[in-house]
Amino acid sequence: MGIIETKKLIFEYIRRDEEGNVEGITRAVDEVDLDIRQGDFIAILGHNGSGKSTLAKHLNAILYPTEGTVWVDGKDTMDEACLWDIRQTAGMVFQNPDNQIIGQVVEEDVGFGPENMGVPTKEIWERVEESLKAVGMYKYRKHSPNKLSGGQKQRVSIAGVIAMHPKCIILDEPTAMLDPNGRKEVIRAVRALNQAEDITVVLITHYMEEIIHADRAVVMDKGHVAMQGTPREIFSQVGKLKELRLDVPQVTLLAYELKKSGLPLPDGILTCEELAEALQSVE
Amino acid sequence: MLRDITLGQYYQADSVIHRLDPRVKLAATVLFIVSLFIVDNFVGYIIAAIFLACMIKISGVPFRYMIKGMKSIVFLLVIAVVFNLFLTPGEAVLSVWKLKITKEGIRIAVMMAIRLVFLIIGSSLMTLTTTPNNLTDGMEKMMSPLKIFHVPVHEVAMMMSIALRFIPILLEETDKIMKAQIARGADFESGNLIKKAKAMVPLLVPLFISAFRRANDLAMAMEARCYRGGEHRTKMKPLVYHRRDRIGYLIIFAYMAVSVCFGRILKIPFLNI
Repeated sequence: MGIIETKKLIFEYIRRDEEGNVEGITRAVDEVDLDIRQGDFIAILGHNGSGKSTLAKHLNAILYPTEGTVWVDGKDTMDEACLWDIRQTAGMVFQNPDNQIIGQVVEEDVGFGPENMGVPTKEIWERVEESLKAVGMYKYRKHSPNKLSGGQKQRVSIAGVIAMHPKCIILDEPTAMLDPNGRKEVIRAVRALNQAEDITVVLITHYMEEIIHADRAVVMDKGHVAMQGTPREIFSQVGKLKELRLDVPQVTLLAYELKKSGLPLPDGILTCEELAEALQSVE
Repeated sequence: MLRDITLGQYYQADSVIHRLDPRVKLAATVLFIVSLFIVDNFVGYIIAAIFLACMIKISGVPFRYMIKGMKSIVFLLVIAVVFNLFLTPGEAVLSVWKLKITKEGIRIAVMMAIRLVFLIIGSSLMTLTTTPNNLTDGMEKMMSPLKIFHVPVHEVAMMMSIALRFIPILLEETDKIMKAQIARGADFESGNLIKKAKAMVPLLVPLFISAFRRANDLAMAMEARCYRGGEHRTKMKPLVYHRRDRIGYLIIFAYMAVSVCFGRILKIPFLNI
C-alpha cells in the first residue's frame, strides 16, 4: 500500500436554499481511486469545479468521504484517533498565502506547526532553521510576512509544513495567486524537496507547464478521473485535453499542430529542446 | 499609505528595558500606577518623577514619543483639573461669581494632573518598549492561573495575536475596496456626518465578507497544521526569567517601598505640603 490510497472515494455537497431545504446534491468527487507511493511527485489537474481541491482536502482529513475510504500512511481518515497523525503525515499548503500565515515573524510562523505538535523548544529551532534553509528563505527569518512577495510567502508556508516533518505535502493550487516569477520559485522549491528529501508531493494545479516534471499526472473532470499517466502520455492526447478545457503548453501545442499538418513528429513533446531536436531529425 | 501604519507604538531600540521580560514590564507598570494613587504628598511625586526619568533615559526612547500619547487625554485632563479646582470645598482663595477656588482644590487639582500625566507616560513607556507580540505572550503567561476558573487564556491571547497579524492585511484590503468603489463613482468625502456614514456601507459590506472568508481559510490552515488549542502545546520562544528580569523586579519593589514610605507613611514636616 502506498502513502496515500483512496478507494471509491465519493464526496457530496448538499445544496440548500435560504430556508435550509435541500435543493439538490452535487457530487464533487465521484468514485476516485488513487494510489500514491512514497517519494512520488503527483500532479492533479482539472479546470475550475472539477473536484480537484475537494479531493485534496480529503487527503489530510479536512473533509471526510461521503462514501469510500481514504488511507494516509495506512490509517483511515475516518478514524478520529488518527486525525492528528494524519495531518502531520500529510501536510497541506493552500492557495492564498495571506490566509495561512499565522505568525507575525517568518520564523514564528514556521514554528507554529511544531509548537502544536508539542516538540521541545530546542528542536523547534532546529526544525525551523532546517526548513527555512530547504526553501531558501533562511535570510528572511526575522522579517514580517506582510513585507514578502507572494512567492516568498508561499515558500514560507511550505517551510511551515516541512517543519512538521511530513512524509507527504499536498499543495492545493499554491501558485494560482502568484505572478510567473513567484510560480517558478514555488515549483522549484517543491521539486527540490521532492528530490532531495524524498517527500511525496501532490500538486494540484491548473497550469499545465507545472506538471511537466511530475512522475504521474491525474486529470480530473466533473469529479471523475478522466486521464491518468506520465505527463508525456497525457500531453500526447492534445485533442482530449482540449475537450476537457485544459490548456496545453505552447510547445506541445505547436508540435501537435505541426504533426497534424503532416510533419512526422513524435507525440507528447514537452520542452523547446525536445521539439528542436525532433525537428532537426525530421530534416 | 495605509501600509505604513505600525501597530501599537513600538519604538525599535536596543536597551535593557526593551530586552526585559514582558511580565516584568507589565508588573512594573501596574505597580507604578498603584504607587501614584497611594502617594499623597509631593515628596512621593518627586520620587516618582525621578524614577520615571531614569527609566526613560535607560530605555533610549526619545521623550517626545511619550508626549504623543498625552494628546489623547488633554481633554480628560482639563476636565479633571477644572472640576477639582472649583468643586472642592474648603478655604477660598479666589471667588469668581458663584464659583470659588479653594486652597484644597488647587492641591487636589495639581495632584490629579500629575497622576494622570505620569500614568500616561508610564504606560506608554511600556508599550513603546514592548512589541505587541511580546505583550500578548506576557499577558498569556501572567493570566495563566485563571485557567483554573476556565478562563480561555490561551485562546484569547491567540486571538489577539492573529488580530494583530491581520490588521495590516485588512487595512490594505480596505484601501483596495475604497479605490474600487471610488472608481465606480462612490463618494466618501462630501456630505454631512449621516451621509458619510451611509457612504461607508458599500465599503464595510465587502470588507466583512472578505474578513469572514479569510477567517474561514485561516481556521482551516491552522487545523491542517495540527492546531488544537493550548493543551500539549510547546513554545518556540518560551518566556524565561533572566538575571536582568530579577533585577528589574528588585528595582520596582524597591521603588514601591521608597515611594510608599516617603509618600504616605513618613511625614517630613517642612516638605509636607
